[in-house]
Amino acid sequence: MSDFTLHIDHNKYLPVDGTEVHAILTVAATGSGPARQAKPAEAAEIIIIDTSGSMSGSKIRDAREAARTAIESIRDGVHFGVMSGDNSARLIYPRGRQLVKATPATRAEAVSAVRGLSANGGTSIGEWLRAAANLMDAHPNAIKHAILMTDGQNNEGDAAFAAALRRCEGLFVCDSLGIGNDWVPGELRKVAEALLGTFAFVRNQGELKDFFRDLTQQAMGKTVAELALRVWVPQNATLKYVKQVSPTLLDLTGKGTAVNPLTGDYPTGSWGTEEREYHLCVEVPPGAMRAEIRAAWVKLVLPDTGEVFASGNVLASWTDDLAQSTRINRKVAHYTGQAELHELIQEGLSARAAGDVGTATARLGRARQLAEDSGRTDTARLLDKVVEIDPGTGTARLRRNVDKADEIELDTGSVRTSQMRRNPEES
Amino acid sequence: MTCPACAAPVLPGHAFCEDCGHPLPLVSCTACGGAVDEEAYCVQCGLRQPDPRDHQEAALANGTAGVSDRGLRHQHNEDAMALTALDGLTIVVVCDGVSNSPRPELASAAAAENGAAALRGAIEAGQEHEEATRIAYAAAARAVVALATSPRDAPACTYVSAVAGPGRVTVGWVGDSRAYWLPDTGAGRLLTEDDVASPGLLTAWLGADAGQGGVRVLSLTPDRPGRLLVCTDGLWGYLEHPEALRTPQGPPADSVRELLSRALDAGGRDNITVVLIPVNGGSP
Repeated sequence: MSDFTLHIDHNKYLPVDGTEVHAILTVAATGSGPARQAKPAEAAEIIIIDTSGSMSGSKIRDAREAARTAIESIRDGVHFGVMSGDNSARLIYPRGRQLVKATPATRAEAVSAVRGLSANGGTSIGEWLRAAANLMDAHPNAIKHAILMTDGQNNEGDAAFAAALRRCEGLFVCDSLGIGNDWVPGELRKVAEALLGTFAFVRNQGELKDFFRDLTQQAMGKTVAELALRVWVPQNATLKYVKQVSPTLLDLTGKGTAVNPLTGDYPTGSWGTEEREYHLCVEVPPGAMRAEIRAAWVKLVLPDTGEVFASGNVLASWTDDLAQSTRINRKVAHYTGQAELHELIQEGLSARAAGDVGTATARLGRARQLAEDSGRTDTARLLDKVVEIDPGTGTARLRRNVDKADEIELDTGSVRTSQMRRNPEES
Repeated sequence: MTCPACAAPVLPGHAFCEDCGHPLPLVSCTACGGAVDEEAYCVQCGLRQPDPRDHQEAALANGTAGVSDRGLRHQHNEDAMALTALDGLTIVVVCDGVSNSPRPELASAAAAENGAAALRGAIEAGQEHEEATRIAYAAAARAVVALATSPRDAPACTYVSAVAGPGRVTVGWVGDSRAYWLPDTGAGRLLTEDDVASPGLLTAWLGADAGQGGVRVLSLTPDRPGRLLVCTDGLWGYLEHPEALRTPQGPPADSVRELLSRALDAGGRDNITVVLIPVNGGSP
């Protein structure tokens, strides 16, 4: 089991009538604990390759190569399978209805099976995930992960897709990849949000195998399954939100399950040696001057057993000293800005798609400024391809001919946040 | 139920542990009546329960007055003070728990109480004030060492003691808590010399992990009325020069509150303890 630390950054001082408490929780798994000596945790890995008709040609060739790379990165003893997805999903390796343990022999068989992948039919992402869920059910104690790759728009209705995501939620983590210019970032965003994973745009198809290798290796590095943030807030207080803010934005607020009237568990998925940050916002009733309250009590737990890996207090205290209450914690400010940038880009792109030029221009123009201010030069560069800012007047104007790939990259990348430089004085 | 600090059995309803003196969790929250956990937060409304040590005032019939306060930044008050009078003498001990040691608030409380009691006992037994100061320091140091469960789990604190009588003042110290002589007329003077390598970095302290160095002792024979000021770095960190410690005419009880508010106004980043002892009929 890894060693976890939970560090809380916030300004606990509220003005006399202040009621909103913000904190950034930094959770780090160091992996330096006894876990290193223990045998690797049980794991299950499913690789899902889009084999719809649009994949024919170079795409399916690169997908076969990518699947091979992923298979070769699977650790001995991990239960795995490779799935081909079109209107439905088929387990192309192993034959049958269950996953197989990785050995040099089974990996070689899987590699040879993916050589036979061919492109044909439609795209039913929900069906693929359901099929993966059915296979994962046989491995209740494993760290479960899937990689999903697609090049097209989902052919399922919204309700069917949503139902499939609900079926999989909490069962396994899924990272997905989009290739080409015909997939819809909004659909893979839903997969990432529901299944606590990432989604990315493989703009250069030749890099698909690198993405597969990286995602598989990351999955193999996970040693602790399904931890939750257990958050207590006082009576008459409200947990306004809890969201992952680094490495990507992921709102967990709606995923809470009540432990008791004041406490909820928010899933974080499985953990390797990594660091993640969460933004917590609690609305508390106004308190007396110099009184101190515990505005939130946060524990990283294994939900089934309640075993606590790390814990910390988010405190709040009221003061009439403006110098104290107006001091904004730098981390809170940074991630508040990153979340705002994401929202501006999403709202701007939606407005642009809906033909609302005024809203699109305002949002994307503001996003351009924020991206530059927060050191997101890649995002600023992509925004420059969508919106043009007059250097003299600062007026924004939408560009007419936007490369579809630039738009997808901007849309997909907005969930990534920049990390703040460490300030040694604050440690 | 057991004491959260020393694990000794304690009775429900008791405010302090009978073994180690640590404040015990209250039975119910002072605001909402909910249960209070071991960290002193209410499990219903979250309110941190008031700790009597957050703000303490003490006074002696001879006019000596002290205040000890949590300040604005620290969660707990890890300073402690003990004041006692004996046949025209005033005995004061002030200690500051070392924040990065475990249970520093227990170290400072043990050192102040044991130091003051031993100082009184030694003087009653006829010891010279300087020798009594050394005996008392040794008793205080032993009490702090006894709190450690191992050299790696060693509560620690600073120490400054004062014995003041007509025409004679003796101070003893280890660490960076200080004593100042503030005559009613003429320049004030810092009596102690901090045991520090750089500001805040102690070279001597009381605790099981402390070195062998002993207490340093200094006596003076003031020829005029004035006040002896004994304090922790929560005060002198903001008001270091003797002239900055001057207060308007008035009883010492008002003066210590005035000095406390100055340190709080300046930021209150540390616990603040200040004691004023009138000497030679010094002000009021």
